[in-house]
Amino acid sequence: MEYQIVVGLEVHVQLLTESKLFSGCVNRFNPDEPNTQTDPVILGLPGSLPVMNRQAFLLAVRTALALECEIARFTKWDRKQYFYPDSPRGYQISQYDLPFSQRGRLEIPASEEGDEKVLVRINRVHLEDDAGKNMHDESGRGGESMVDLNRAGTPLLEIVSEPDMKSAFQARKYLEELRLMLLYLGVSDCNMQEGSLRCDANVNLHVAQEDGSKIATPIVEIKNMNSFRNVEAAINYEAGRQFEQWKKTGQKMGDVSKQTWGWDANKQVTFPQRSKEEAADYRYFPDPDLVPVTVSDKLLKEVKAKIVELPAARRERFIMQYQLSKYDAGVIIDQGKMLADYFEAVAKQSGDGKQAANWMTQDVLREMKERGLAIAEFPLSSEILGTLIARVVGNKITIKSGREVFAALLEQAESRDVHPSDVDYLIQDRGLEVVSDEGAFGPVIAEVLAKNEKIVADVRGGKVQAIGPLIGQVAKQIKGADPKRIRELLLAAIGE
Amino acid sequence: MTTALCQLSTRDLISQLNSGVMSSVDLVTQSLQQIEATNGVLNAFLDVQGQVALDQAEAVDSRRARGARLGRLAGLPVAVKDNICQKGVKTTCASRMLENFVSPYNAHVIERLAAADAIIIGKTNLDEFAMGSSTENSFYGMSYNPWKEGYVPGGSSGGSAVAVAGNMAALALGSDTGGSIRQPASFCGIVGMKPTYGRVSRYGLVAFASSLDQIGPFACDVYGAAVCLEAISGHDVRDATSLDQSEVYVSGQLDVPLKGLKIGVIDEQMAETVNADVLAGVRHAIDVYRKAGAKIVPITLPHAKYAVATYYIIAPSEASSNLSRYDGIHYGHRAEEFSSLTDLYARSRGEGFGPEVKRRVMLGTYALSSGYYDAYYNKALKVRRLIRKDYDDAFKKVDIVLGPVTPSAAFAKGDHSKDPLTMYLADLFTISANLTGLPAISVPCGLNQDGLPLAFQLTGRALDEGTLLRSARMFEASVNWKGLSF
Amino acid sequence: MSELSREQIEHVSRLARIDVSGSEVVSLQASLGHILTYIECLSEVNTTDVEPMVHAIDVANVFRDDVVTPSLERAAALLNAPSTDGRYFLVPAILDAD
Ligand SMILES: [Mg+2]
Ligand SMILES: [Zn+2]
Repeated sequence: MEYQIVVGLEVHVQLLTESKLFSGCVNRFNPDEPNTQTDPVILGLPGSLPVMNRQAFLLAVRTALALECEIARFTKWDRKQYFYPDSPRGYQISQYDLPFSQRGRLEIPASEEGDEKVLVRINRVHLEDDAGKNMHDESGRGGESMVDLNRAGTPLLEIVSEPDMKSAFQARKYLEELRLMLLYLGVSDCNMQEGSLRCDANVNLHVAQEDGSKIATPIVEIKNMNSFRNVEAAINYEAGRQFEQWKKTGQKMGDVSKQTWGWDANKQVTFPQRSKEEAADYRYFPDPDLVPVTVSDKLLKEVKAKIVELPAARRERFIMQYQLSKYDAGVIIDQGKMLADYFEAVAKQSGDGKQAANWMTQDVLREMKERGLAIAEFPLSSEILGTLIARVVGNKITIKSGREVFAALLEQAESRDVHPSDVDYLIQDRGLEVVSDEGAFGPVIAEVLAKNEKIVADVRGGKVQAIGPLIGQVAKQIKGADPKRIRELLLAAIGE
Repeated sequence: MTTALCQLSTRDLISQLNSGVMSSVDLVTQSLQQIEATNGVLNAFLDVQGQVALDQAEAVDSRRARGARLGRLAGLPVAVKDNICQKGVKTTCASRMLENFVSPYNAHVIERLAAADAIIIGKTNLDEFAMGSSTENSFYGMSYNPWKEGYVPGGSSGGSAVAVAGNMAALALGSDTGGSIRQPASFCGIVGMKPTYGRVSRYGLVAFASSLDQIGPFACDVYGAAVCLEAISGHDVRDATSLDQSEVYVSGQLDVPLKGLKIGVIDEQMAETVNADVLAGVRHAIDVYRKAGAKIVPITLPHAKYAVATYYIIAPSEASSNLSRYDGIHYGHRAEEFSSLTDLYARSRGEGFGPEVKRRVMLGTYALSSGYYDAYYNKALKVRRLIRKDYDDAFKKVDIVLGPVTPSAAFAKGDHSKDPLTMYLADLFTISANLTGLPAISVPCGLNQDGLPLAFQLTGRALDEGTLLRSARMFEASVNWKGLSF
Repeated sequence: MSELSREQIEHVSRLARIDVSGSEVVSLQASLGHILTYIECLSEVNTTDVEPMVHAIDVANVFRDDVVTPSLERAAALLNAPSTDGRYFLVPAILDAD
């Protein structure tokens, strides 16, 4: 018997606004000073009223447009009623039947290898407010839970996919691609550790039958996965568990109601969470404190103008425009928009995208990693690096000299500002310029050959690789000489 | 011997303050003495801030003496319904749930009163969370009608009505969700007005039914209601339903006659089972208008008879949600004993809410619960639109609609509290203004044979408080109504 | 006039998180039943093609600018809390999350 994993993902993303969704209270991750980021609206005090943050709505629309969603021309907010200590009003302000956007899509790779793609349909994207945080007593029995409302009221985008992912890998890819897009759009910092991106997975299996039909197993919602690796692991674990369960019980979708399971990252297992005795009845109704929002063509145009080139399109363009390998383009794009922008500036400045990509993926990323720097903090501007690469590409210096200048620039940058002019100054100062006047080689080669009769004899005897030390000696005297050219000239002289 | 507040017109009161004939300290002292003397019986105030009020009055007097420019309510003692948040002061909503709740912020109207240099003298009694029509639902005991012993003052803003009618305050603020200003005003022989929805910010008004609630003034006369409305109206960015152009200025034009005023009289309502005394009062008002040159036009509001049913779905539904915040976690009453979190919620709310609040929250919860939304809530919202359309049609023909406020004058305590539906049905004439958002005012028009005040109601076009108040003044100027003089 | 059943009242009481005692249940069965029966008169009204009216005013697109306003001091935020340690709101261990 074979089975197919079926996954739909529900992602919650906090938006990067200054203030919260429904009040001017500051929107900032701050668990260390609990209950210092509240006001009457956040506390749900009697008499307080929500007023929608325009920027939050605009960021929400920007995201939905990037996901190719249809934007509703009329949208409203509804109250979702439930009692929980992190929800001081006793209801969440969310969107029920008229979300501001529906029916989008996101393309992801189908598998690790190959170029095949999968289109994941987005069911809906809606805007709602976040709850506060309950900290449970972990010491054992009888303790009290602590409630911090700093997070309450943070603008939250809920992005619901269709069950279009057919493997845990695809689920991870969807999340990676979505995260990257959100980062490029500048709508969220997507920090999973801080909870600004959270994910629940709906998982079930389609088990193939001997007659060719498929049977769907009951859907399980998995919560509490705090990394993409964990999402992948949890789905794989859950698939195996469901398959065993199916073999044991034969339960199909519809036989039991949807269950909620948690993910234990330490034990790497899913575990059942308390099921509700009564099905939730959220008693949604339109929030009378908020008025509807209508979306005009003008607004859509304005928002669209703010959408930058998205990672997928940019990746393709890098491959086409700069002849990058799929791998290199991927590495650069995945590092985020700032690095991709830096790369493009370097590529333009140097006139050679492929070389620029090599420098980025090797030298720059290595240095960033060693120094623990983000591209924004990298001491060499794109103009400096572009200038340096231009010298290599233009054969003014060798690649080896280029690395020497790169290191020297980084060293100088530790004590002072460096400028593009420093590139040529260093080349000159260190005499790294490639010697194009081959007349200079004659006497040096003659001298080196004279001093190394044994090696010359070895080379003549067929041990061509013995020539290495001679190249070194010539290069020592003629800085900036191209080793390949030295080799050619040496061989020619020995052969005469 | 001082003159009882309601024996003096608000206009005269303000000019006596302006001219220095009377000081604000005198006036506030007089209010406090009246409270001292009568509140023990009438129970209008739940909390009196005497010293603070006197200090503020003194500050206003000395600023006036220095020739400072003062606000339009400068030095006037104002009472505020205890469902309006005032910073540093208890806001109980007459509920056990909020017995110890101290608001850390001011409602928009409190800021407005302060900006108008009004003196807030205390917080007034109400039906718990403004749910009721008699103040009998207050956790802190009912208020009494100053006109007749043993009678209710109406509700839910009963305390505010009693404060003004009983000469304890020059003006008062109430809130009106289904008639909670107009009905007690009519029972107490004073003017009470519900402005257009959105005219006055709800920020800081403890919500009962958000789409119906509106703060409004009580005063001894139309001028008082007008200046008070002017002081509290205006756009507030903290209330998304506060209208952008919501400043009003009418007090200066109140006495300018309305030429060719067309008054619609509701056939259906006149034919309803309205008590004879109330009907006589309304007929008297119609006669006065006719003599003053207004044209009386019969109109029909075919869906008005569904107002009570519509209201008693919408209001409890919104209330069931608005009152979810009282859960004993972040503020408010928490039960002493509980076995779990769910139990903590259920017991805290079971103990903290009185019977009428429980009934309405449960009614609303039922109406919104799975499977009933379309049959109840959504249906009611549709009928609501039809009710509004009736008014829109009527206002094509007339400038103002006239009818009764209530089916009867004030009733004796306990009379209606046995059967909630009877009490709800008494809201028949006031509810439409809340469902439609239109401004409406209760105007006193005499006493019945039991010595209880009678009143009629005017309803105006949206945002046309000008015509509404001027029409009310037109009647007032033609009769010689005076309030209580004790 | 139809009363609500005891089970219906108990169900709503659970949804609303309001404890009601035995005598309250009986009285609510009757009073809610009366009111709901009365409300049935709305079924007479033809509401075909009528848009629901959520708000008393016809307003849309009310936003505020994304500008930070001061937060309450923590002490003010916790001022009315039934139980607090000076930093957090405290609640009994949440074992019955639902
Ligand atoms: Mg709460
Ligand atoms: Zn959500």
